[in-house]
Amino acid sequence: MGRLVCDKVTKVYGKGATALDKVSFNVPASGIFALIGRNGAGKTTLVRILTTELMLSSGKATIDGVDVTNDPSTIRDMVAIVPQEARLLMWTTPKQFILAYLLYRGYGYKEAVERAAEAVKRVKIEKFADKQSQHLSGGTKRKALVAAVIAAEAKILFLDEPTTGLDPISRGELWAMLNQLKKDHFIFLTTHYLEEAERLADMIGIIEDGKLLAIGTLDNLRKKVKHEYSVRILQKGINVRLREGEVVTGLDGHRQILTTEREANRISQGLIKRGIRFSSSPISLEEIFYYLTKKSIDIADEEKEGNGGWQ
Amino acid sequence: MKRRRAMAVGNKRKSISSQILASILVSAIYPMQNFPIMLINAMLAPFSFLLVITFISHGTLLGVAIIGALVMTTVSAGMALQADLSHFKNDIRLQDMVVSSPTSAIVYIIGMGLSELIYFLPNIIILAILAVIFMNLTATAVLTIAVVMTIMFIFSITLSFMLSTLTVDIIQSWAFTNMVSTLLSTLPPVYYPITYIPMPWRYLAYLSPTTYAAQLAQSAAGFIALSPTNILADWVILVVVAIVMLIIGVKRTRWREP
Repeated sequence: MGRLVCDKVTKVYGKGATALDKVSFNVPASGIFALIGRNGAGKTTLVRILTTELMLSSGKATIDGVDVTNDPSTIRDMVAIVPQEARLLMWTTPKQFILAYLLYRGYGYKEAVERAAEAVKRVKIEKFADKQSQHLSGGTKRKALVAAVIAAEAKILFLDEPTTGLDPISRGELWAMLNQLKKDHFIFLTTHYLEEAERLADMIGIIEDGKLLAIGTLDNLRKKVKHEYSVRILQKGINVRLREGEVVTGLDGHRQILTTEREANRISQGLIKRGIRFSSSPISLEEIFYYLTKKSIDIADEEKEGNGGWQ
Repeated sequence: MKRRRAMAVGNKRKSISSQILASILVSAIYPMQNFPIMLINAMLAPFSFLLVITFISHGTLLGVAIIGALVMTTVSAGMALQADLSHFKNDIRLQDMVVSSPTSAIVYIIGMGLSELIYFLPNIIILAILAVIFMNLTATAVLTIAVVMTIMFIFSITLSFMLSTLTVDIIQSWAFTNMVSTLLSTLPPVYYPITYIPMPWRYLAYLSPTTYAAQLAQSAAGFIALSPTNILADWVILVVVAIVMLIIGVKRTRWREP
């Protein structure tokens, strides 16, 4: 399997809005690559460029050595996409939709019919395969869309926020499916569910305001934050003396200490002795994301300077 | 190179006929099969005008109205395409899935255009039967009407496709549909002879290519008398407008967004 390479990929829309700003990375085109970022960060724009729906303004992108800009027809044989807001046609059944998509991919009718029947079984929606989509749940519709691209046998699947709006069970089922698929496909996944990226992805990219902030495995990303552990204090008004690391306030308002494993253990023991509720764990992708984007973290420098005894 | 071939598994099985069939299925067969009320809706517009004109004229304009309904059916088919394309592109994102597949823009539009023709086929069949019963058309008249219908169809689907690729929302698309509808179906004297429009309003009708199509069809069927020069001028205008529309369509249409 080849590599997905972006070299200073930039996209400026007509009115001068920069959606992507010199995005560069080079990852193996295998397993699952998750691009995470907030709404409007540039995830969908990058996906649309890589799937040849959208022209880039400058830079270069290649998949397995094939230039996305200059050789779109080869790319289109290689990739298949479930766009962010894709829906089934109201008057089609999942099987009919998958069949039509396979015909668009160029399969003969007979083979497309057989593949559509296999695809609904593969994603376990055969019970609903012949029901019109207007009578189906959001999860079933989403699975049908994923089934269509799986059945197409494209080696690279772009799934743009595939689990948005799904209930936890449907989401879990889709995750299980993606974990199976990654054995013989390269899946480029965008999501703003950080847990999803953490659970599924072999490689993770973090994008914010069109800029790629970090890329790597979860362990690589942890190193970029310089802190291995997080201690979350679940009670208010608690003072802790910190020897190393940083104190931040998460979105839930709880104080968090990002620090080394040794310091986390020391603080934890102190909190246990004082009977204070807390949780301690290796730093999560969510914490890495907040840390790197610096949008939701309130780094409590002032407090470290002596206000409240946090040092 | 070997690796590239291994990933590009779709190359060998690119079948244009399958891709055209896909559009026909999603845009005509499945809606007709699963939601037949849409078929009735498609038939209403041309037939309602036909009935109104026939009643108002006490039957004297029945023949002209049948020809008008035939021409308008192809124009309506082309115009309906815009709403379908906009829905596929902006609402359900099917077009995004197709753009990043081996299907090309031209194959997609041919498939979608044919799907609209299939959708409106019952209209054409019923109108053709009415024409056989109530009119005495020569082979030349039938051929002329067929060619005129084809040109108007090509014109309207090209216009629809171009407009649909420029819109980002179905509401925008409706605005264009209303404009195009006024240009192609309200202004021109499709269901009656142009002489029924008083001067100077008649000049407005000449802004629409449908007027030339209707004149040629009405003249071929013997309802109005046109000089050979007028007939030639009408053909030239109709063909040139269709070609210009095709050129503009090819240049302005955005399959892959810039």
